[in-house]
Amino acid sequence: MAEITAPAYRVIPIIPALKPGAMEGKGPFVASEKINEAIGFPGQLVEDWHDKAIARFGELLQKYRSLRVYMDACVHCGACTDKCHYFIGSQDPKNMPVARQDLMRSVYRRYFTLPGKLFPKLVGARDLTREVLDEWYNYYNQCSECRRCSVFCPYGIDTAEVTMAAREILDSIGYGQKYSNEIIGKVHKIGNNLGLPGPALEDTLEGLEEDVKDATGIDVKFPIDVKGAEVLLITPSADFFAEPHIDSLIGYAKVFHATGTSWTLSSIASEAGNFGMFIGNYEQLRKIALRIREAALELGVKRIVVGECGHAWRVAYSFWNTLNGVGDGAGEVDKFAQMLQKQLDHRYKQPTHICEFTWDHIQQGNLRFNKSLNDKHVITFHDSCNVARGSRMGDLPGGQFEIPRNIIRSVANNFVEMREGTTHEQTFCCGGGGGLLTDDLIDIRVKGALPRMEALHQVQQEHGVNFMATICAICKAQFTKVLPIYGFDRKVVGGVHQLVSNAIILGDQ
Amino acid sequence: MSALIAILFYLATLLFVVGLLQRIRTYAATPAPLKIPTTPAPTTTSGVVLRMTREVVFFESLFKANLWIWSMGWLFHASMALVVLRHLRYFTDPVWGWVAAIQPFGMYAGLTMLAGLCGLWARRLIVERIRYISTPSDHLILLLLIGIAASGLTMKFVAHTDVIAVKNFFQGWMAFSFQPLPSDTVLVLHLLSVVALLVIFPISKLLHAPGVFFSPTRNQTDNPREQRHLSAWAAKLESEK
Ligand code: HEM
Ligand code: HEM
Ligand code: SF4
Ligand code: SF4
Repeated sequence: MAEITAPAYRVIPIIPALKPGAMEGKGPFVASEKINEAIGFPGQLVEDWHDKAIARFGELLQKYRSLRVYMDACVHCGACTDKCHYFIGSQDPKNMPVARQDLMRSVYRRYFTLPGKLFPKLVGARDLTREVLDEWYNYYNQCSECRRCSVFCPYGIDTAEVTMAAREILDSIGYGQKYSNEIIGKVHKIGNNLGLPGPALEDTLEGLEEDVKDATGIDVKFPIDVKGAEVLLITPSADFFAEPHIDSLIGYAKVFHATGTSWTLSSIASEAGNFGMFIGNYEQLRKIALRIREAALELGVKRIVVGECGHAWRVAYSFWNTLNGVGDGAGEVDKFAQMLQKQLDHRYKQPTHICEFTWDHIQQGNLRFNKSLNDKHVITFHDSCNVARGSRMGDLPGGQFEIPRNIIRSVANNFVEMREGTTHEQTFCCGGGGGLLTDDLIDIRVKGALPRMEALHQVQQEHGVNFMATICAICKAQFTKVLPIYGFDRKVVGGVHQLVSNAIILGDQ
Repeated sequence: MSALIAILFYLATLLFVVGLLQRIRTYAATPAPLKIPTTPAPTTTSGVVLRMTREVVFFESLFKANLWIWSMGWLFHASMALVVLRHLRYFTDPVWGWVAAIQPFGMYAGLTMLAGLCGLWARRLIVERIRYISTPSDHLILLLLIGIAASGLTMKFVAHTDVIAVKNFFQGWMAFSFQPLPSDTVLVLHLLSVVALLVIFPISKLLHAPGVFFSPTRNQTDNPREQRHLSAWAAKLESEK
């Protein structure tokens, strides 16, 4: 592969000119027969893929109102055209959200609408040819499902929903993406995305206990599979060994320790991530989420807390109650959900984000910090898409923005915001979300990071920012990879609980 | 000619009403299995009503996205709303008080509607990104609306038509009795274009009008932790276990 370089910063963030075909190609590695069959998809592209794909498309139109309405409603107004980081970084017009949708909408019109059947040219309808199918595979794997476009569309058209539907169709005919499907296989087989088996996990946790003891002199525990613990922590498996993720895991453990909370991890649910969402497959999404239910029931916990992971928090916050019953408000006759909800302690929100947990305790005065220990950092906060636009924290809309920032301000002295229009619900994706965090997509990942890197560069120049905190495992991994390509130190990225961990006062110090 | 136009209007109205109802029924009947409001989102139903009202009345999201499209688009839609309301005078007798009251504004609305449409079309032709995503039908729909507005304005300001006769015709039309229509070319053009608009409405992107109300990212309440949300087909997966 040619060496990947970063695109130049735009002088002022103007809208780029179009470069048709800039990101044409074969797309990421296609999943092998073995990978596909392990999770119940056809091994390779089926003979009658055309008819199967159209049939599946038709089914999805009946199952998802989002898809149904979004296929019809777009007026081609163009409001979304300059909102996607992949378009900004690559200038490929097919990475404009509306053009990405149109890859599918053109087929929708041809097979499911009268004008498209009669006058395909007039309404931009296309037959589903092999070229079109390959185009789907390529460009629907250049969307991180970040939902930035849906913020700006007058009808809220969410390209993520369209991308999920496209990937679901592709999977159903044996044309899935290697990275996501392989990971889903690992979750089912081993319990987490990284394929870290139980004994290895236990070793890692023991090692961590020793490390923290050496550094602080305090016995901070990292318990696993403890029946009767109050809190079950569900966290992305990258937290167990990847840098800088692990520093946040240490942060959570210290918060639990300092607040005297009994907690546990679970070896059958040692993964918060749920790639079922990325591939738009409800059955996979549900099946992966059910592992958390199983762990919660088995361990008899009262609370479920979720670690720093963007899409996992979206799944947990928005979908868990639907998928596995972790939540509140199930009907009397809803045995499935009641079974779990009776066990949970509803004085707390179920599930709770680790930031909600920490912030509650900070507000109650249960945690003490030596803020000056973070003085080497000038900190900014990168809102992760799935947290920003697909979830909430606390009681008020927008809590997902305030609570992490409140924590940072409570544990550190130097905090600055990045440019308006690049944070909060208008935040730019890191470039690696939605199942794109794989080396075979490094080119688009680097290009997609451009708007975020520009904003970071600006606060680095103006305020000397040297730490970008975030609460997403994918953001952390993606930035660690692309920061150096843009000329930053890879250690610029880190977790919010990494900062908490630096400053927290344990024991009577 | 009058009879032909009357019949065309019956057919077009039928297609419009049946087509639109059928479409709305499809939207309403299709489940939204997951909670997907674009957050931050309102946590109560009244909050959702407010959000939707802001979207429909002010085009709030579009305002955040692009001031050019917003100003042209909003000008066009607001003007069109006034114009259409003003047209109620052809269909009510006696004319309702508020319809009479907005008559003077309606006139200018015709002009601003045309201006907005021309602005939108210019954007579509000039801006590279929007030209790229445009299909022939996008241009034609704009042209159709420009044609309606231009022909209406021509009747208003240049080649007047006998509006009393037009009213008689439509009063008769509503009671299924044929009345003569003034045989002005511009009027016929105006009316035939309206027929075309009614026919394409339920099968084109004009479905954005009902569609916006059914968009899950805009019409869902942000309360997934407090309320279990389960669609019928997803519930079936549970009973199988
Ligand atoms: C609930 C009512 C409606 C809402 C909320 C609404 C909203 C919008 C919005 C936000 C746009 C995008 C911005 C723009 O290009 O103007 C748009 C475009 C458009 N609307 Fe509507 N609309 C409604 C009803 C209608 C109706 C009844 C018609 C036609 C008779 C119509 C015709 C159009 C057309 C032709 C466009 C595309 C303009 C272009 O090509 O740029 N709309 N609408
Ligand atoms: C059956 C339906 C309709 C009839 C019978 C009708 C008839 C007329 C007539 C007779 C005029 C001339 C008014 C005058 O000279 O004072 C007019 C004007 C106009 N019409 Fe229509 N029209 C119809 C539907 C529409 C629709 C659906 C639109 C817009 C989408 C529209 C847009 C206009 C405009 C912009 C004007 C000029 C401004 C005004 O007088 O309000 N018309 N129409
Ligand atoms: S969801 Fe995000 S990545 Fe996908 S088209 Fe929209 S802005 Fe681009
Ligand atoms: S903003 Fe919405 S309606 Fe406008 S072009 Fe984009 S997807 Fe279509």
